[in-house]
Amino acid sequence: MSAVLTELGIAFGRVAFVMFFVLNMGGLLTWVERKQSAIMQDRIGANRASIFGLRLWGLFHPLADAIKMLTKEDFLPARADRVLFTLAPFVSVFFALAAFATIPFGDVLRIGDREIPLQAVTLNVGVLYVFAMLSLGVYGVMMAGWASANNYALLGGQRAAALMISAEVAIGASIMGVIMVYGSLNMQEIVRGQGWLLLGWIPAWGIVLQPVAFVLFLTAGIAATKRIPFDLPEGESEIIGYFVEYSGMKFGMFMMADFVETVVIAGMATALFLGGWQVPYLVADGIHFPWGTVIPLSHLAVVLLQVGAFVLKVSVMCWFLMLIRWTLPRFRYDQAMRLGWLGLFPLSILNLVATGLVLVALRG
Amino acid sequence: MRSRRLSMHQRFYLVEVLVGLGVTAAHFFANLARHTARYVFGRRDVHGAVTIQYPEERRPYSPRLRSLHRLVRREDGSPRCVACMMCETVCPAHCIYIVAAEHPNPDVEKYPARFDIDLGKCVFCGYCVEACPEDAIRMDTGILEFSSYSRAGMIYTKEILLALEPAGPDGVPRSPVPIPADRHP
Ligand code: SF4
Ligand code: SF4
Repeated sequence: MSAVLTELGIAFGRVAFVMFFVLNMGGLLTWVERKQSAIMQDRIGANRASIFGLRLWGLFHPLADAIKMLTKEDFLPARADRVLFTLAPFVSVFFALAAFATIPFGDVLRIGDREIPLQAVTLNVGVLYVFAMLSLGVYGVMMAGWASANNYALLGGQRAAALMISAEVAIGASIMGVIMVYGSLNMQEIVRGQGWLLLGWIPAWGIVLQPVAFVLFLTAGIAATKRIPFDLPEGESEIIGYFVEYSGMKFGMFMMADFVETVVIAGMATALFLGGWQVPYLVADGIHFPWGTVIPLSHLAVVLLQVGAFVLKVSVMCWFLMLIRWTLPRFRYDQAMRLGWLGLFPLSILNLVATGLVLVALRG
Repeated sequence: MRSRRLSMHQRFYLVEVLVGLGVTAAHFFANLARHTARYVFGRRDVHGAVTIQYPEERRPYSPRLRSLHRLVRREDGSPRCVACMMCETVCPAHCIYIVAAEHPNPDVEKYPARFDIDLGKCVFCGYCVEACPEDAIRMDTGILEFSSYSRAGMIYTKEILLALEPAGPDGVPRSPVPIPADRHP
């Protein structure tokens, strides 16, 4: 009996950590977005929300946002499809959140003789699962556009769906190279594969072995999150996106979905290209530098270092995605589609062919 | 308009993207260092932002700025205005409303019994100031923050306009923002 409870507790703990991490990162990103853009543009940024005069550099703004969105009028268009209209934001957020489940945030944690994989769900086809979840997010967008009973929203939904599909095809094609190199669809295996050293000192991270795929993946990933420079599905005030009819927290959930997707893309980029939880030269019993120095570490310290490295890498990736979002101008719709189908997709296929040839040449 | 021909590496886009990211990232880190110096190490003279935090910090206005009107008084405190209607006539927005009355002093022909300006309509052209032969109306209070939740609240009466003072040489208003009687906050 207690064994079942322990199992359940461990499973719950793994899921809870991932949920906690993703939701907090997503919430924090609303603050990061404001502050980072401000600092990049010589401004100060949001700093008005205060509790008892305490402003904390605007850290209360996400809280103020939540209160505002919950208390705003929850508008429902007269001819809208009630069920689908209400369901759409949930679908968007749900699939964005669920996508993170197979991204490993650490190796295994050993307590006694029990081994706990640090990953919400252990799946052999983790990469495919993340794809599936990310692509299902398209349904939220389509539903929102259709259910609003507004032709602009419908067009916005179609635009968003077309863009997301073109992006996701390119993501899939660009990741294939990584899968070929590490020979697995299991995210955990791919991250372990990145622990090797090339020539004895270069960590064999995805970005080293598949630099082209990294650039392609990042571009397509940004497009999949529907944020600038690919925010043509949204463009709240000027090009009318699929959620024009949404207000209050439902609108907030679409925004939230974008932020969570940003975290997911950052997590995927980390797991597939930046070595996931790998710290260079850190192995199970300590740090082994290539010139021979060894720093022995306890198991717990190693695990903490690895989880810390993962969180750090995801944060840096989020920062970088924000930097891109506040630097580039928006693509026109036809430009984005051309980039997706005539740029990213063929280039990923070329990358795939080149990778295959190299692998065949190396392995004979 | 002819579009400029882009060179090969500009059309490849990726290089230019990286250059752009470098520019914004440089701004980010430089400003972050300045903010850190200011808020962590107490270097008050270092500014990481060029923005002015409006209600607390204000930029000094030019003394020539056209702001909320005021009516000028004579030595004895009575309004200098002789109700000649010049300003009412010249006002392109038709927002001045004057009721003239007989002045007890035979040297002065008339005085305004009422003098209302509807600031909700005023376009701040300053024609009223230019037209006045008596220098009785001026736009030198330096007050720019007057807003109201009702249209009636934007109508400023003679009494309010007479109570306003000119801004100091630094452009900072001397008078507080007047609250008309019928303004509902
Ligand atoms: S500033 Fe112009 S619009 Fe305003 S009251 Fe004077 S004349 Fe009329
Ligand atoms: S122009 Fe001057 S004197 Fe004439 S009515 Fe207007 S404020 Fe009074």
